[in-house]
Amino acid sequence: MTGIQHAHSRPVQFLLRYKAWLYLLPALTVITVFQIYPICKSFLMGFYTDFDYLKDEVYAWGFDNFRNLMNDSDFALAIRNTIRLTLVAAPLSILTSLLFAVLLNSDIRCRKVFQSIYFLPFVTSMVAVSIVWAWMLNKDYGLVNAILKIFGVKKIAWLTDPKMTLPILVVLCVWKGLGYRVIIFLAGLQGIDQRYYQAARLDGARAFNRFWHITIPQLRPTIFFLSVTTVIDVFKTFDEVYVMYAKEPGPLRSGLTIVYYIFNKFYHNWAFASAAAASFVLFAMVLAVTLLQFGVVRLAAILEERRTSR
Amino acid sequence: MTIRLENITKIFKNTTAVDHLSFTIEDGEMVCLLGPSGCGKSTTLSMVAGLEQPTEGQIFFDGQPVANVAAENRDIGMVFQNYALYPHMSVQDNILFPLKMHHVPKAERRQRLQNIAQMLQITELLHRKPGQLSGGQQQRVAIARALIKEPKILLLDEPFSNLDARLRIELRDDIRALQQKLKITTIFVTHDQEEAMSISDRILLMKEGVLQQYSTPQEMYRDPANLFVASFLGNPPINKLPCTLEGTRITAGGGLSWEREALAPVLCGQPGTQAILGVRPEDVLVVERGEHLTAEVTAIQTLGKEVYLRLHQGDAALTACLSWDHDYRMGDRLRLKLRKCYLFPAEGGV
Repeated sequence: MTGIQHAHSRPVQFLLRYKAWLYLLPALTVITVFQIYPICKSFLMGFYTDFDYLKDEVYAWGFDNFRNLMNDSDFALAIRNTIRLTLVAAPLSILTSLLFAVLLNSDIRCRKVFQSIYFLPFVTSMVAVSIVWAWMLNKDYGLVNAILKIFGVKKIAWLTDPKMTLPILVVLCVWKGLGYRVIIFLAGLQGIDQRYYQAARLDGARAFNRFWHITIPQLRPTIFFLSVTTVIDVFKTFDEVYVMYAKEPGPLRSGLTIVYYIFNKFYHNWAFASAAAASFVLFAMVLAVTLLQFGVVRLAAILEERRTSR
Repeated sequence: MTIRLENITKIFKNTTAVDHLSFTIEDGEMVCLLGPSGCGKSTTLSMVAGLEQPTEGQIFFDGQPVANVAAENRDIGMVFQNYALYPHMSVQDNILFPLKMHHVPKAERRQRLQNIAQMLQITELLHRKPGQLSGGQQQRVAIARALIKEPKILLLDEPFSNLDARLRIELRDDIRALQQKLKITTIFVTHDQEEAMSISDRILLMKEGVLQQYSTPQEMYRDPANLFVASFLGNPPINKLPCTLEGTRITAGGGLSWEREALAPVLCGQPGTQAILGVRPEDVLVVERGEHLTAEVTAIQTLGKEVYLRLHQGDAALTACLSWDHDYRMGDRLRLKLRKCYLFPAEGGV
């Protein structure tokens, strides 16, 4: 190998050594300018206490922004709302997608049609979708109340009753990501060797046991991947709230999420440094939850190992 | 348990995998489904297991039709070609899975696990995952999982195809011994004729979904029903000499010609004027006198205890399998006697 390299002139040698970097350069440039730089910048910005935004001059640094966040009842509310939403929406979303994926994976008719229907929300603008949902959920002339009326249910003020915000957002979160998650689950399901099911049948396992003892363990990596990405997705809930509740964070701020809080600080209050600090907190929370998920999986593996080696 | 198939046909879309197959397997017998790949033997096994439904025909276990009995209720143990051990479970959990599904009490589970692990010599492997086992070990585990629920029927789908030659012979003897000890009715699928001949009570040979012959290995070897059966069994394969029959004379290529009485061929089917004379390599003998033909040695292959000779007389070619008590040289002309030969209808004929 070295013998061949010596035969080249210096510039060619240089090119050969850094060839991979040359290929990576265009994508790296874009990512650095539009993603990595802003991330670093906004991280730093969280520590600005006195600065000129337009001139990009900083006069003082400190932890004031974070201190203010801790004392802001709105921020606490945003965190509470987001966590509540995540706790309900993420597990429900995964369970629903798994259910639909299993149904689609069985030999039902028109599975292609169903697949497209589930995938539709994924390729549709969330803004457009939210407008339609807002119209469907309208108290006086919405589709949902019209249908409920047939069954004799009284009009429900979906969008103005603060108690309804969480359920609506949960439904929206579940429905929005259904297509994507179903596709991922379907790929996982189709990767399972049919022989395991045949062997399980001859071992006397009925449908539920085959699902529990074969499908679920075999899908474990898929379930883990989806639980990480779904939690992150739900943590970032914003546009559906913004559009559906007409640029308000829902009745009595019941739909105030962390991202909504950041958005609000930035665009309405022009509090750039506070927004940056809040973004940093969101980042830290997502990171912590993801690490926690990795930890749980690791722990489960260790416990499993202990159980079998006994 | 006796297994009876009546007129079983299986059609996949446009292809007929199994074509009106009928046979009976007696209680405690070990029967081998043999045939080239794609002959429908695995499909037949799947239908017995209940994993596939026959398009036509009926299957009976001990005289009872099982069409409405699902695979999970048929009381069958099966070893799959790639073993299909559950990769996420330890060996122990794999073997115990059938007992768990049948709600066997825990104490009894442990007892049975111990017994079967001892019998198959896998006690040391119980805490490993299938991925950490060699092919032979995986196979033993698969057999343990199939047998632990003490099924009435054992099905083996090409169980040796992933193993090296030495291990194959060792394990097939083990399986045979185990089968005879437990007296369990066993169906065994393979495309390896030697394997089939060595361990089965009876062989069922199939070709393109159609039953060719169902008999003991000896019968199948000595009295083949047709040319396909004769050429499928035996290594090196049977010699095939195209010939014509005229009255009492048999004329083959290379200027060879005999009175029919001199050869006394076994008739397989009803050959017309065009026929195939079949001679097993071990039935070609070198003699001092009373030869049927003389031929020249054109190739020699030595295999230790025996020697294969390629012999030519004009355009007629023969392979002979001889014991190695004499040194043969290329170009030797040998006097040959055909100890036993068969007469088949010409290929394509009736």
